[in-house]
Amino acid sequence: MENNDGLGDKMSKLLMFEKPVGMRDTLPHIYETRRKLKEAAEQEMRSWGYRFIETPALEYHETVGDASAILDRQLFKLLDQQGNTLVLRPDMTAPIARVAASKLLKERIPLRLAYSASVYRAQQREGGRAAEFEQIGVELIGDNTISADAEVIALLVSVMKKSGLENFQISLGHIRFIDELFRQILGTEERSEQLRRFLYEKNYVGYREHITSLPLSSIDKQRLLQFLNLSGGIDCLDEAIKLVEGSAGSEALNELKTVYDRLKEYNVDQYVTFDLPLVSHMSYYTGLVFEVYADGVGAPVGNGGRYDNLLGKFGQPAGATGFGLRVDFLLEALEQLEEEEGVHCILFSNERRVEAIEEAQKRRANGEYVLLQDVAGVKDVDTFTQTSKNVTFFVGKSSNGGKV
Amino acid sequence: MSMLTIAMPKGRIFEEAAALLQEAGYQLPPELDESRKLIIEVPEENMRFFLAKPMDVATYVEHGVADVGIAGKDVLLEEERDVYELLDLKISPCYLAVAGLPNTSLNEVAPKIATKYPNVASTYFRGKGEQVEIIKLNGSIELAPLIGLSDRIVDIVSTGQTLKENGLVEYETIVGITSRLIVNPVSYRMKNADISKLVTRLTDTIAETAVQ
Repeated sequence: MENNDGLGDKMSKLLMFEKPVGMRDTLPHIYETRRKLKEAAEQEMRSWGYRFIETPALEYHETVGDASAILDRQLFKLLDQQGNTLVLRPDMTAPIARVAASKLLKERIPLRLAYSASVYRAQQREGGRAAEFEQIGVELIGDNTISADAEVIALLVSVMKKSGLENFQISLGHIRFIDELFRQILGTEERSEQLRRFLYEKNYVGYREHITSLPLSSIDKQRLLQFLNLSGGIDCLDEAIKLVEGSAGSEALNELKTVYDRLKEYNVDQYVTFDLPLVSHMSYYTGLVFEVYADGVGAPVGNGGRYDNLLGKFGQPAGATGFGLRVDFLLEALEQLEEEEGVHCILFSNERRVEAIEEAQKRRANGEYVLLQDVAGVKDVDTFTQTSKNVTFFVGKSSNGGKV
Repeated sequence: MSMLTIAMPKGRIFEEAAALLQEAGYQLPPELDESRKLIIEVPEENMRFFLAKPMDVATYVEHGVADVGIAGKDVLLEEERDVYELLDLKISPCYLAVAGLPNTSLNEVAPKIATKYPNVASTYFRGKGEQVEIIKLNGSIELAPLIGLSDRIVDIVSTGQTLKENGLVEYETIVGITSRLIVNPVSYRMKNADISKLVTRLTDTIAETAVQ
C-alpha cells in the first residue's frame, strides 16, 4: 500500500466544505423564494399553451454541444464508457431542437414548448458567476410569422411581471438589418463579420477606429457611424431606414416596426426599446434578437430571438423563436426574499405521543405545515421553536394517561 | 432615480480623468483624490465616485457595482471583461511594448517573457508564431531581464524614461493605449439618460481639446 501520510498529500486534500468553482448550494429560504418564482413563471407559460418538457443533463458534444449557442470553452466535457465526448447541457434550446426534430415536429406544428432546468457553463476565471444555474424559457418552433415573435416577447413581459418584477426593460434588435447594412457598404461577408465582431464585443471605440481605417467614402463612413446611435424609442427606426438602400434592410426594419405594433396590442410596448447595434451572438440568431435587463442585476436576466437555422442542424429545417430567463438573476432582481411558510411546531413527550400524532395529521389534512418533534430530542426548546409560527405542547401526563 | 456610480482609477490616470470630467462641467469635489474616503457622493450631480486599482476598474463595472468606469485600454485588453467600451477619452497616452537588454536575442529553447499582462503578452507572441513562456509579475517589471529572470518584458511605456534608466531598450511596440469610458451593459440601458448625457458632454470636451 502507498503511504498517504506525507505532508504534501495533506496540503492538497480538499476540505470537506469545498465545492467546485461556480457551484452553489440553495438554502431553505432561498429555495422557497425560487420555488414560488418558478411556479408563477411556469404557470404563466402553461396558461399560454406551452407544454413543459425535460431532456437529459448529458448530451453528445458532437450534436447538441456543437449546435448550442454557448462557446465551446464554456462547456463541461466528459467521456462515456465508449469514449464519446459528452457535455453537460449548456442551454436548453439545442436539446429541445434535437427532440423537436427527431420526434415532436411530426405531431402538431407550430410547436409550443417550455422548460425549467439547470444548465451548466464552465467559468474561465474567478468566481462570482454561477457555473450551474436554472433557466426557464419557451421555444415556439415551426412558426415563421411576426405574430410568433410578438407572442414570445409578450409572454416574456408577462412572465417577468408574474415573477414579481416591474422595473425591467427589453432591448430589441434585428440581425438581418445589420447584415444588410454592412453588406451594402462593405461588400464582403468577411469584412462584415469583422465589423460585427466589434459590436458583439461591445467595443464601440474599436468599431469607430476600424471604420476610419477603411477605404470608404465619407458618406458610407458616416452611415456606419450613425448606425451606432440607433437606439431608444420607435423614432430610431425612421433614422435607420435612411441608412439602408433597397428592400432587405427595410424588410428587417418593417419586422421591428410590426412587432412593436403587435406589442402595443398586447399592451406591453412600454417595456420595449430598440437597440439596433445589439449583437448577442456571432452567428446563432437569424432575425429579431432581444435582451432583458432588470434593475439591480449587473448582467442581462434573459435573452432570446429568432434562430431559423438550428433545427436544420438536426435534419428538420424549421423556423423558431424563443427566450430563456436566468432564475438566479431574477431572484437577485427581486431583492426581497419570501418569508418562509410558517410551520406549526408540535412538541410531545412520550406519554402523549399518540395525541400529538393525531393532532398533526388533522392539521396537515387542513393544509398546514406541521412539524412533530419529540421533546426529549431537543436541547434548547426556545431556540428550536424560534422560527415556528405556532407551538403546541403535548407534554406530561394527560388525564387519560396518554391513551385516547 | 438612483445614483450613477463611477469607478475611477487610482494613480497616474486619475488626475487627468478628474480634470476631463470637470471640463465637461461636472462638479467634482476638490478633495476627491486626497480624501481617505473610499466612496465619495456628489449629490448635486446625482453621482458617486469610488477609487479602485486601475487593473480592477473593469471588474467593478462588469459586475455592475459601478455603472461607469474609466480604464486604460491595457486593462481592457488584459481582462477582456463584458463591458461597453463607449469612448476613447484620449487621456494618459502610452503604449505596450516589448523590451529587454540591448543586443540580446530570445532564448531558443524556452524564451521567457515577464509581464503584468500575461494575456496580452501571450496573445501577441502567439500571433507572431512564437512559443514563449510567460512569467507573471506584479510590479518593477524592468528588474526581470536585469536579474536574469526573463529574456524580454512586456510592459507599459509612456516616456521611455524608466526603460532608459535601467539600461533596457524597446524591441517592438505592441499597441497604443489611452483611457476609455466603459459602461456596464445593464446600466447602459437602465440608466441610459444619465449615461447618454455623460457621453455627449465628454465627447464635446474631447473634441474641443483635440482642436486646441
